[in-house]
Amino acid sequence: MTVLAQQLVLGLLIGSLYGLAAAGLSLVFGVLKVLNVAHGELIMLGGYGAFWAVALLGMDPFAALALVVPAALVLGAVLFLGLFGFVMRADEETRIKNSLLIGFGLALALHALAVQLWTADERSIPTPYGGAVITVAGLSLPVVRLLTLALAFALIGALHLLLAHWRWGQAIRAAAEDWQAALLTGIDVRRAYLLAFAMGTALAGAAGTLVTIGYSISPSIGLEWTLKALIVVVLAGLGSMLGTFTGGLALGVAEAVSAAAFGGPYREVVGLVIFVVVLLVRPRGLFGR
Amino acid sequence: MLEVQGLEVAHGDVRALDGVSLTVGAGEIVALLGPNGAGKSTLLLTIAGLLRPRAGRVTWDGEDLRRVSPHLVVERGLAMVPEGRRLFGSMTVEENLALGAFAPRARAARERSLERVYALFPALRERRRQVVRSLSGGQQQMVAVGRAMMTNPRLLMLDEPSLGIAPRLVDAILDSLVDINRGGVAVFLVEQNVRAALALAHRAYVLEQGRIAAHGPAADLLEDPHVRQAYLGPFGR
Repeated sequence: MTVLAQQLVLGLLIGSLYGLAAAGLSLVFGVLKVLNVAHGELIMLGGYGAFWAVALLGMDPFAALALVVPAALVLGAVLFLGLFGFVMRADEETRIKNSLLIGFGLALALHALAVQLWTADERSIPTPYGGAVITVAGLSLPVVRLLTLALAFALIGALHLLLAHWRWGQAIRAAAEDWQAALLTGIDVRRAYLLAFAMGTALAGAAGTLVTIGYSISPSIGLEWTLKALIVVVLAGLGSMLGTFTGGLALGVAEAVSAAAFGGPYREVVGLVIFVVVLLVRPRGLFGR
Repeated sequence: MLEVQGLEVAHGDVRALDGVSLTVGAGEIVALLGPNGAGKSTLLLTIAGLLRPRAGRVTWDGEDLRRVSPHLVVERGLAMVPEGRRLFGSMTVEENLALGAFAPRARAARERSLERVYALFPALRERRRQVVRSLSGGQQQMVAVGRAMMTNPRLLMLDEPSLGIAPRLVDAILDSLVDINRGGVAVFLVEQNVRAALALAHRAYVLEQGRIAAHGPAADLLEDPHVRQAYLGPFGR
């Protein structure tokens, strides 16, 4: 029983990062109707950015967020202006197809770049508080992963508040709901798209940082994280960031349960099963509008 | 103020507008009548900048609008209530209205505009925290007109504001246009309800198959045999 409970807790902890990873993908997909399949590579890049900040600048791993997030924001703006912005003129169907092509190309390029810069080895960031564990009711909770969960939740909360109350956050939601109506109310929709994409990339950077701290990264983790994020987006549906975060937690728990019930290899299967079942039973997702 | 000259617009190979010219002056109410598919919506969307003309031009205070992005057309004082309202359904009444005042010039006048909209439609003040999707069609139309008024326009274009609305509320919407006009805003109205539109308007144009078939003072068009036969029924109802 304790073993299962322990697995559930670890599932929740990793699930918070699934939620954070999915939030960026969901924002970009929901607003721009562009599926960025290089989202996982952006997470990977964020992870290496944090790795560098710690290794070269000697920063505290969690403080690296303060460097990685703004840098990712700028990178996102550059990627929108240089690549994804061009598909926005097309109608929705063409837009998704073309964005897939751009995304796959970008994913390959970023993967190759990461192998060049950081080699194909797995890396992680050692923290000063490294292996510290809190024991509650017989469950051991790694301090570092507890912190990543808290930070992931805080970031999602901040994003939620930005979208709800910030002027441009409301503009982004308006553009997501009806871009033509948004134009007719005087909103610069292209700028709203640029902001949404930049924020999505910043979320990927933050997720990557936390993954590197709590777990590990290598240049090839991109696809895996894109898939996890996609499963969570399908499970949770579009339109609510808190819903997306909950979806991430749910995927983490589902993985833990299936690994405990059927054995380790089934951890990766359950997500795909969820993916298919949700699409069949409730295509707009649990919390979708 | 608004001048349209020789406008030609096509949807693919289908020609929707075929050399349309018209003007709307400051402070005027101008109605645009015509059967379904005549190109009325196309004309409004082209003026607003959402569709690009193949030939002809749209000028506003002498400025060519063809290269101006739609959100900047709004900033220049030309607002539009699109067909079917196109509100942000998951947001509240007040959020929808606030988004109308998004651009800098409108934001400066935001408080005053909001009071004006609530004075125009008192029902909206009571429901300002309500999600728009839960309102009736007529109330939604009030929000749509209100949102456009929040942009602080000098010309308000409306595409079929009475479509799908309870008759009782149609009058409220159309009456509000007179109030809006008294406040110094020109109104360019596309409307199926020809009699009501002509009662309201100073002048009117009739658009048929992409061309202006008739135009003149509203009172004259009411007496025009072609208009009476085609739009007011054999007995002029």
